[in-house]
Amino acid sequence: MNWEVVIGLETHVELATKTKIFCSCTTAFGGDPNTHVCPVCTGMPGSLPVMNKKVLEYAAKASLALNCDVTQYCKFDRKNYFYPDLPKAYQVSQLYLPIGRNGKVPIQVGSEEKVIRIHELHMEEDAGKLVHDNWIDQTRADYNRCGVPLIEIVTEPDFRSGDEVIAYLEKLRSTLEYLGVSDCKMQEGSLRCDVNLSVRPQGSTELGTRTEMKNLNSFKAISRAIAYEARRQEELIEMDHKRVIQETRRWDDNKDATISMRSKENAQDYRYFPEPDIPPMELTDSYLDSLRASMPEMAPAKRERYQREWGLSEKDAALLTDTRAMAAYFEDTVAAGAAPKQASDWIQGEVLRELKEKSLDIKQVVFAPEALAHLIDLVRQGKLNRNTAVKVFRAVFDDNGDIDAYVKAHGLEQVNDTGLVEQVVSDVLAANPQSVADYKAGKKKASGFLMGQCMKALKGKGDPKVVSQTLNKKLAEL
Amino acid sequence: MKITTELVDYVSVLSRLKLPEEEKVKMAGELEQIIGYMDILNRLDTSDIEPMSHTFPVKNVLREDVVEDFGGRAALLSNAPAHDDTAFLVPKTVD
Repeated sequence: MNWEVVIGLETHVELATKTKIFCSCTTAFGGDPNTHVCPVCTGMPGSLPVMNKKVLEYAAKASLALNCDVTQYCKFDRKNYFYPDLPKAYQVSQLYLPIGRNGKVPIQVGSEEKVIRIHELHMEEDAGKLVHDNWIDQTRADYNRCGVPLIEIVTEPDFRSGDEVIAYLEKLRSTLEYLGVSDCKMQEGSLRCDVNLSVRPQGSTELGTRTEMKNLNSFKAISRAIAYEARRQEELIEMDHKRVIQETRRWDDNKDATISMRSKENAQDYRYFPEPDIPPMELTDSYLDSLRASMPEMAPAKRERYQREWGLSEKDAALLTDTRAMAAYFEDTVAAGAAPKQASDWIQGEVLRELKEKSLDIKQVVFAPEALAHLIDLVRQGKLNRNTAVKVFRAVFDDNGDIDAYVKAHGLEQVNDTGLVEQVVSDVLAANPQSVADYKAGKKKASGFLMGQCMKALKGKGDPKVVSQTLNKKLAEL
Repeated sequence: MKITTELVDYVSVLSRLKLPEEEKVKMAGELEQIIGYMDILNRLDTSDIEPMSHTFPVKNVLREDVVEDFGGRAALLSNAPAHDDTAFLVPKTVD
């Protein structure tokens, strides 16, 4: 039988605010246990939560960017459950009036375009961290993460493959990163994803029983978990003639398998009710208009513009717009006078290599786009040859050193004195009669050796084009 | 609405409460009285009244995103039944 896999996603994204959702504690990562806490986020009786303005702004911006209908009268609800990762015994979340509904996210897989529908986008607070201590056989609760603002984005079951899921998550990551509402770092847990998956015979319109997979910490884990779980369900039905049980399963990256998380408490009864401590929020038309006006140009628009205005290839445009910071670096380099194609080549070649070698983020780079533009200009003017320019780049990249001073101090200006080049070429030919003879005998490779000798004699500062022309001319004359 | 001892059991599991048998019976009776009052309220026609979640007509109570360090870990920990120098201690949790 041919099976179709049906997937829906619940994605939690940590918002990049300075403080928690309902109190003024820092959201900074790490910290000694229980040092980023106060009476509000530890749920002390009598404390009063107050909503963070930025959280509302970021959640509304995300809703708009994902083409949701924004709920203009919006409020919080309590989701009640007993587990010590939440000291209040409830999580403040949104059930009845989530901030965003009915969104649409266009994705592309290969040449196929498709729209993923967003069921809802809601705001909520993160939970704390529990670490079990075997020595004392008790669990330590650290509430530093408790109250960090999250948005949860729930899709309709619109995915039919792992590739579609990855394309959606890439799009989501790019959108939220461009908006500046989250840094979306999966490895640091600021983007977390639960996968709801079921299978059904091809052509069927009924949904099968689904399982929920948790603990997916990378795009690779998501792809593999989807492939595994779809096969597990198909085999269960087809080979064993059994039914899929609706349950939560944990992905184990080492075992390459999903494992049932048998919970003693089957009752998922959260007894939601309106949160009385936080007054409702009204998002006026003018407020939403101001948010729309403040939204940056997003990746797809930039990609299109780079190709149309600057003639870059689709591949180059995609690479340069991967993150907003990368696109800004590129655009700043162009704004400082570099030709877009040259700026693109340098960033994708030299800059990316430095980032990779030094495990840096483009945001951490101190080498200024203006300096890169200047370096590109020196090559264009013929004052530096390309190879020397790369050497200079590497020398000044870490501290944004003065390019002109470095070039001068190391005597790296390109030799454009044609008289000198002619002299050097003549000397090299005279000193290497064997290679010249080889060349004359038809060994064209010998010219490469002679070229190398010429560049060496010029201490690498010759313009390769001029040297090669002079060499060829002289060889032809011999 | 009839409140059975089974329903009391269910609610006590959700609330992490252990009730002795005789208390369950007592609880069922009391809960039934309370829920019964809702039946009285339900007799009112509220079809043209918008549901209300808050009693005060306030909205958009928001604060600026500025960090303030509370800095009183020891004071917070001292409110808990069990703690060590840095953390709250709770019975072993099973994932």
